[in-house]
Parts: sequence; structure tokens; C-alpha cells
Amino acid sequence: MKLVTAVIQPHRLEDVKNALQGAGIRGLTVSEASGYGRQKGHTEVYRGAEYVVDLVPKLRLEVLVADEDAETVTDVIVRTASTGSIGDGKVWTVPVEDVVRVRTGEHGTDAV
Amino acid sequence: MDTFVIDPANTAWVLLSAALVLLMTPALALFYGGMVRSKSVLNMMLMSFSALGVVGVVYLLWGYSMSFGSDVGGLVGNPLQLFGVANLADGDPSDLMAGHGVPAYAFLAFQATFAIITVALLSGAVADRLRFSAWLLLTLVWSTLVYFPLAHMVWGGGLLSGAGPIGHLATPMDFAGGSVVEIGAGVAGLVLAVVLGARKGFGKDPMRPHNLPFTMLGAGLLWFGWLGFNAGSAGAADHQAAIAWVNTTAAACTGLLGWLVVERVRDGKATSLGAVSGAVAGLVAATPSSGYVAPPGALVLGLVAGMLGAGAVGLKFRLGYDDSLDLVAVHLVGGLVGTIGIGLFATGPDLLDGARRGLFYGGGLAQLGAQTALALAALAFSAVVTAAIAVALRRVMALRVPAEHEIGGVDLALHGETAYEGIASGRLASGA
Repeated sequence: MKLVTAVIQPHRLEDVKNALQGAGIRGLTVSEASGYGRQKGHTEVYRGAEYVVDLVPKLRLEVLVADEDAETVTDVIVRTASTGSIGDGKVWTVPVEDVVRVRTGEHGTDAV
Repeated sequence: MDTFVIDPANTAWVLLSAALVLLMTPALALFYGGMVRSKSVLNMMLMSFSALGVVGVVYLLWGYSMSFGSDVGGLVGNPLQLFGVANLADGDPSDLMAGHGVPAYAFLAFQATFAIITVALLSGAVADRLRFSAWLLLTLVWSTLVYFPLAHMVWGGGLLSGAGPIGHLATPMDFAGGSVVEIGAGVAGLVLAVVLGARKGFGKDPMRPHNLPFTMLGAGLLWFGWLGFNAGSAGAADHQAAIAWVNTTAAACTGLLGWLVVERVRDGKATSLGAVSGAVAGLVAATPSSGYVAPPGALVLGLVAGMLGAGAVGLKFRLGYDDSLDLVAVHLVGGLVGTIGIGLFATGPDLLDGARRGLFYGGGLAQLGAQTALALAALAFSAVVTAAIAVALRRVMALRVPAEHEIGGVDLALHGETAYEGIASGRLASGA
């Protein structure tokens, strides 16, 4: 099994989610994240006091899949999350030792 | 006083205005609460609400008597004369609205709300670091030694009224509290910020407003309440009340625009915080002037207050005093603009006996001199007495919370509560 993690622009979520559903991927987890890469931050000014905000709001997607689906998931996310501009994010994949479905106690790919 | 005849229309207007002004203190809680960090929003809002508690009681016990009771040396009213206001007759000499057929208790209700909001304003200067017990004591002592004497000196026939030395020049005018409320609280905020010292990380760490929608809602409610503050100060539902309403809104409009223009030119962007700050600065400038100027004058005074206020917000970083929520830029600057501006723009049929038209309306320099003297005297009085109070309190008690409480947030440290639920929302403690 593999865990595919992606950090994407928040406004791309709907397209990415729909495309993953279209590719037959049945579950994903989304959390709000903030960070920076080459995009860097921005400045905000309150009553003349300027603040440099380094961290930019992003979404983190996590998808647990069987080994053979990992590449499809990565391709779909990269294709649909891309806007062509700096700050579009990253996708990475790591191996997963075991997965347990809490309700039934199933292990391994059955639990994905 | 001859036989007092109640005027129902005027009395209804003053009572409604008192309710409008009362709402300004919760509005200030929102306005200020949004500007602080999320770890101290409850403490900031509670400072306004607790001012309602303390000053509301103090006003009934000795505040009204010290403001409008029989004169003692031109400085203050006799606190014992009307102590507790148990049996205030309609048409009592303390009732400055008796001539309009407004009973003394309605006048008292209106004035009590002024005292409360003025004291609550001080919370903006001491954000995130003042111990709550010190705040409660400060509200009691400051209202007693600064606000009530100032109200007496300016409105109650004391040293800063037409009966005092300035009266030789012209009768100084302060319609709804440019000197008593705005300059008095504005300079007191500066003094308190200096005595208390800056917040940890001031000028270094980010201290971004945590909820500007709160602040904008608060500003809207302040604007609404301010119409009672100013138009109610006419003491009657009459021509002066109407023009005060128009002037108040006119000054808020140009104050808002003026602040935005400065921001756009200086910082590149116009901001929502700037818009509401400018509106409040305009309202401040309208406070002393709205009953005595014509709408063109109010438009100019609001614009000047908005632009100067926007310019003054940077001073605290350059000079190193942590006037956290900008009492100087909004209240002191706006109060000076409005109070002194009367000397330029005063006109119309509503001027006080012995007052002159402003310089721009052919009245010469007399009124300008009287207004400047009033503004500087109020500034000096509040600065000196506030400094004495703050230094004295610092000798008898710790004013600041310990550093770790300030860093962790005063909501939790002082009040044992937090405004927002995080991931750890807690569980019920059982058996307690």
C-alpha cells in the first residue's frame, strides 16, 4: 500500500476531488495547512504597521491506495491541481506498512 | 428654578439617546476586541463591560454629584451633596437640561453613559498586559479624579466653562465632550501606555488584529450610538439636535475617506481597518463641534481628523510607546481637531452665551483662543492627574501580569476561559 500526500492550492480542491472520484478512488482526507516554498509570503498592513506573512494557506490531501493505484492518483492530482503558476504545490508517495479499518478490524488492502 | 414642566418629546429623546450611548460601550468591546490577538479578546471585551459595572455604580454614588453638584473651588462638584441620588427633584439645579423640560434623572442617565464609555476607552491603551484587579481599581479612581472633575469644570460651571478665566476671551464650547471625553481619555491612554510599558515583543513580533469583522461591526454600532451621544447632547428634540445628527454623520463620512486616502498613498492599499478607524476619528472630531458648526465645517473637520489620525498611527513605533489600540491617533488627535476647530467653524443660532463665531465666519480670533485654551487645559489636567494615579497605583500593587501570562494569553491566565474552541475542547470535570 501507498500513502499519496499532496499540498495544493485551496481553490483547486473541487477539481482534484472530482477527478479522483472519476478515476475510481473512493476516499481521501483533506486538512488545512500553511507553508511556503518558492512562492514566499506576502505583506499585510494594519494601521500603518506592516507585517510579513511567510506562510501561505494551502490544503493537504492524503490518499491511501493499493500499490498499483498510486501512480494514477499522483497523475490525476498533478494534472488537475496545476495552474501553471508558482505555489501550485507538491505530491509525494511513501510506502505504508499496514492499514486497519476501525469498524471491522480488516487489515491491509482490504481496509483501503 | 421656576415650576418645572416636563416636556415629553424632549425627555423621550434624551432617554432614547441615553440608551444609544449605553450601546456604545458593548460596541467598543467589539471594536477593540477584534483588534487584539485571539488569546486576549475576552479580557479586552471584559474591560469595557466591567467599566459598565464599576462606573455605573460610582456614577450613582458620587459621580453625578461630583460632576453637577454644588461647585467646590471651580474644580469639582461636592460629592456628598447628591450622594446616592436618592431623591433628585425634577428641575434640580444640577439638571442642565431642566430648561428643556427634561427631568434630572433623564439627564443623569444620559451623563452616566458618557462616563462609562470614556473610562472604557482607556482599555485600548493597556491591552494584553494589565492585571484585571488593577483595571477595576483604575476605572474607579480615574473616573473619580479625572472624568468627574473635567465634566464639572467644562459643563458644570467650573474653571473651564464661561464662568472661568477663559471666559474673558470668549465662552469655551464643548458640545458633547471633545475635551472632557476625547482629549481626556486620549492623553490618559498615552500616559498609561508609558507608565505600564510596552507589550512583550512590541514593534518586533506580529500583533495582528484577530477578527476585523468584529471591529467593523463594532464601528458600525459606535456610529449608531454616537448619534445619541451628539444629537442627544442638545437636550431637546430641536434644531440643534438635528444639525448635530447631520454634522456627526458628515464628519464620519469624510473621516473614513480621509484615512483611506492616506493609506492608499502611503501604504499602497486602502484597508477595512483604516476605513472604520477614519470613521471613528471623524465621529470624535464631531463630538465637541457638531452642535455649533454648519455641515461644511463638519465635513472639513472630519476629513482633517481622518487624515491626521492615519498619519499619527506610526508615531508609537517611532517613539516606542505602546498605545496598543491608538487612543492618541484616534481620540487625542480627533479631540484636538474638533475642539480647536470650533474656533474656526462655529456659526449658526445655537452658540452659547458669550461665545463668538469662528474665524472663518467673521468672528475673529477670540473663539479660537478660547477653544485652544480649553483643549490644552483639559489635556494638561488629564495628563498630570492620570500620571499621578498610575504611578501611585504602581507603588501599591503590581499593574502588569507576569511575563508568562502575557505570552500565554491573559484570557486563560486572568479569567480561566478562552474565546475560541481549539482541537482540545476539554471534558467535564466530574465530582467537583
